[in-house]
Amino acid sequence: MIRVQRDIFNIGDEINALTEARTDIGAVVSFTGLVRDFNEGTSVTGLTLEHYPGMTERELKKIEAEACRRWNLQDCCIIHRYGDMVPGDPIVLVITASPHRQDAFDAASFLMDWLKTKAPFWKQESDETGQSDWVKERQSDLDAARRWTPKT
Amino acid sequence: MKILYFAWLKTKLQISEEDISWSQEVADIDGLVRWMRARGPVFDEIFSDLDVIRIAVNQEYVTGNLSLTEGDEIAFFPPVTGG
Repeated sequence: MIRVQRDIFNIGDEINALTEARTDIGAVVSFTGLVRDFNEGTSVTGLTLEHYPGMTERELKKIEAEACRRWNLQDCCIIHRYGDMVPGDPIVLVITASPHRQDAFDAASFLMDWLKTKAPFWKQESDETGQSDWVKERQSDLDAARRWTPKT
Repeated sequence: MKILYFAWLKTKLQISEEDISWSQEVADIDGLVRWMRARGPVFDEIFSDLDVIRIAVNQEYVTGNLSLTEGDEIAFFPPVTGG
């Protein structure tokens, strides 16, 4: 399940919704990305996330399908917000459920790594002076995503 | 064809979306980029370095050249920074 929304989400509610009325799930892993109040040494007072409606959903569905193909997942959830946020706000939530923990751990890690380099979202940070800057792509994110590329 | 711009491309060009007619000149991505660069100094500056621009046609990433047809949706944007 993928969801792109402006509204804040509740992590507990989302995990409950996924596990409710099921007794076959052995492991649930969740990752939540939050707005930090600093980036590269400067303070951050606000974050605006822009996305490409339509393509965002398509990319997230592809990433989810790839995770389900690679690991034994019983369920999978990706929620990503857009719009204006402040430090402490949740931005993204990934939940994976599997019979045994390793699949859920690995799939959650994969989902985040691929999402960060493929899903068309762009962050714009603002500081206390009111100045805003578009966040630049990070080499560490590209390296993290590359880990999941099959070696040929 | 529908052209979309996101993030700093949108800010710099002060356009988020526009329609352009298909012609032989913009029959593929390479042609469209050449056409963009000829529109003025701001366009020229932005489209001179394709390493910092990602391109999607009909909401799918494109690398290299690709033929375009009337009705296509072409998006230009910087490397993504979500998550």
